[in-house]
Amino acid sequence: MLDFLAAVGRVFLSFLAAAGRLTLFALNAISHCVRPPIYLRLIGRQMVDIGYYSLPVVGLTAIFTGMVLALQTHTGFQRFSAESAVATVVMLSMTRELGPVIAALMVAGRIGAAIAAEIGTMRVTDQIDALSTLSTNPFKYLVVPRIIAGTVTLPFLVLVADIIGVFGGFIVSTYKLGFNAAGYLGQTADNLRSEDVVSGLIKAAVFGFIVALMGCYTGYHSRGGAQGVGAATTYAVVSASIMILLFDYVLTSVLF
Amino acid sequence: MSNIAKIAVRGLKKSFGTNLVLDGIDLDVAVSESLVVIGGSGSGKSVMVKCILGLMEPDAGSIKIEGQEVMGLSAREREREMQKFGMLFQGSALFDSLRVWENVAFGLIQGRGMERARAREIALEKLAAVGLGPEVGDLRPAELSGGMQKRVALARAIAAEPEIIIFDEPTTGLDPIMGDVINDLIVKCVHDLGATAVSITHDMASTRKIADRVAMIYKGRIIWHGPVANLEHSGNDYVDQFIHGRAEGPIKMEVRAL
Repeated sequence: MLDFLAAVGRVFLSFLAAAGRLTLFALNAISHCVRPPIYLRLIGRQMVDIGYYSLPVVGLTAIFTGMVLALQTHTGFQRFSAESAVATVVMLSMTRELGPVIAALMVAGRIGAAIAAEIGTMRVTDQIDALSTLSTNPFKYLVVPRIIAGTVTLPFLVLVADIIGVFGGFIVSTYKLGFNAAGYLGQTADNLRSEDVVSGLIKAAVFGFIVALMGCYTGYHSRGGAQGVGAATTYAVVSASIMILLFDYVLTSVLF
Repeated sequence: MSNIAKIAVRGLKKSFGTNLVLDGIDLDVAVSESLVVIGGSGSGKSVMVKCILGLMEPDAGSIKIEGQEVMGLSAREREREMQKFGMLFQGSALFDSLRVWENVAFGLIQGRGMERARAREIALEKLAAVGLGPEVGDLRPAELSGGMQKRVALARAIAAEPEIIIFDEPTTGLDPIMGDVINDLIVKCVHDLGATAVSITHDMASTRKIADRVAMIYKGRIIWHGPVANLEHSGNDYVDQFIHGRAEGPIKMEVRAL
């Protein structure tokens, strides 16, 4: 029994230690984000990587999500003769919830893994130490541009995902479910409030920060060659995905 | 000439958990001297160098560069201090995402804020100094052989004309001829720059070629040091066994019987 308690205690303590290390890393990253030098060229390159190259996967996910949402909502609301609410539900679901979450999960898989693998490889091949010996702060050069780019770019991606998702719902509703196109669009526009979109964009900024942070953190602390980099990559995606869903609940509670 | 050592290390200690890696290192490197630290794998050579470079925090001791204590410097002071150093890593540690000339010019552009065009000119000069043509400058590190990567890493180490250059296993993984080419380049570059050099290696041919003075590290301590000319007659059984590569002697390898 004592052994069991000791094991639980050890796990709990190591969890607290890991949470503490991650918090310090995040605070360090934030403090470096507001202190020069800021590498604008690197931030720009990361924004293209995170934003532009993620557009196809985020767009595809968003359109199918919007389409499925219209179908499912219609099926459910038909039972209460409330089919007319489909447009509003699709719009609200996409802007407040599904747009930010789906886009963030896709970016976590694509970008979080890439960041962890790149920085992890740099760690195990001494490239991060080489940066230090060349009078360059590795934190500023590697971590800060990715964190800023992730935080700034994801809201733009989510805005695009919102539009494409609503468009997906529109296509299914008008071509398959027999809705009037003008009526659907009118209902969407009438019920759209700025806070629906803004709350989604705030979520997106937080999720973008989380994805970049976890990629950088796991990559920066990876050890032990190829196996260590592989483990860091997996951990980056899994932990970012869980944190996105956790913070989605927290932010929803706070914002609405 | 000042009597202050370029690098002075005193009582340097470093442990990883219960594993004591550095057990009170004392070492002086004079201005423009080439010191080679020899020792077996796991003897603490790389850890000692990383402590000197500030890449690792020692548990205790003192490290002075030109008489100034560098332990406990802030990150910004440390960055400024690093401008005195050049480093050639064992695996070259070239940045995969950058072209060769950008690797060589990295410290000039990022560390010293030099204009890219001027930094490129210097990078191509340094590549020429290590026997590589300008066409190599536009390649990626992955397109180069191991020997060429080592030469690019050497060009990067000397690009900012540092006062102190550290070489970590400069010939490991190279064939003997390419190893000798690298040794010659190290001797030439260090001589041309008038730099102080610290090399760590277990390659004795390399040691004899590039060292003015040799120190041997064993179990985290410097057990012998002296001019390279005295290496063969050190009077130290550990040094004798190591430089002749004998299995029998006071240094016992932990090898399980088959």
